[in-house]
Amino acid sequence: MKRCIVKQFINVSLILCIAQTTFGAEPVSHANSYWLPLAQDDLHDPKNPALHLLQNPSKALSVLPSDGSGNQVNWGKALENNYINPRINLRSSTQAEVLNLNVLFPDTGEMDMVDFPHKQHTEWLVCSNCHEDIFKYKARATKFGMFDILNGEYCGRCHGTVAFPLTECKRCHNVPRTSTAAPAKAN
Amino acid sequence: MKRHIEYQHPIFRHLPEKLILLALLTLLAPSPVSAEYGDVVFNKRSEKAGMRPVIFSHWFHRIRYKCNVCHTEIGFKMRARANDIHMADIKDGKFCGACHNNQIAWGPEKCDLCHSGLAGLTSGIIGGNTTGGPGKL
Repeated sequence: MKRCIVKQFINVSLILCIAQTTFGAEPVSHANSYWLPLAQDDLHDPKNPALHLLQNPSKALSVLPSDGSGNQVNWGKALENNYINPRINLRSSTQAEVLNLNVLFPDTGEMDMVDFPHKQHTEWLVCSNCHEDIFKYKARATKFGMFDILNGEYCGRCHGTVAFPLTECKRCHNVPRTSTAAPAKAN
Repeated sequence: MKRHIEYQHPIFRHLPEKLILLALLTLLAPSPVSAEYGDVVFNKRSEKAGMRPVIFSHWFHRIRYKCNVCHTEIGFKMRARANDIHMADIKDGKFCGACHNNQIAWGPEKCDLCHSGLAGLTSGIIGGNTTGGPGKL
């Protein structure tokens, strides 16, 4: 009976996958029409007399490197290739340095391992954004799993809301277990 | 007489039931959010005070400022609904008022530019159309 339910579940999942890829595919080209005008986004009030003064997302986002999820913008590339030049501080006393250190997370079950790059994160953030409230400095001192992340904890604080979403598994789980190219430091 | 059993791939077994289930799941699936990924609604006090909810767009701000500026220097916690913001604080130069002061960006007297949301919105952050994760509004 249990096996039957499991089989049924696998079958339904397969059908859902096919249906999603057939009917719910992401648009390939990012025409300006992808981003809805603010007046139609179900969030802004079209009757607001000042709405026309706000920038519509298509105007800003359509010229940035494209992506298949989130804002349809690859924010990392936008920054790296100087499409945007956001300020890192308001006060000159704020220290912000890019840290070039990768941390390998090997305990990822059957998924590929995660090679966390400090570099891409410290381009946007400083140490205190994550340490030590969310992650301890000490390697392996913070225990967490995908369920925590899906609940908006740890990496899920940003990934799933502002950074690329949790549907992009391979962007984090990107080191095959057979790989000999071991990153700088184990977590 | 030998009974002929026709092979049937498991995917075709109980097909009508599967189709019904699929239809139900489609109905239950959350309707696609049309707002931008990372948009935040602030409505803890706005509507009670007779104003539209505030809509904050991460996409607009991150083009101009890195996360660190608001989430370290200005002190916004990286958690939707965790920031308790009064209009008086903003006028004092705290939170949004650190930039929205008529020097860096428009000042707090331009109510409609921030208080621009539809009535009845719940506070929270939009997770976008490709995740059912933590960002659900």
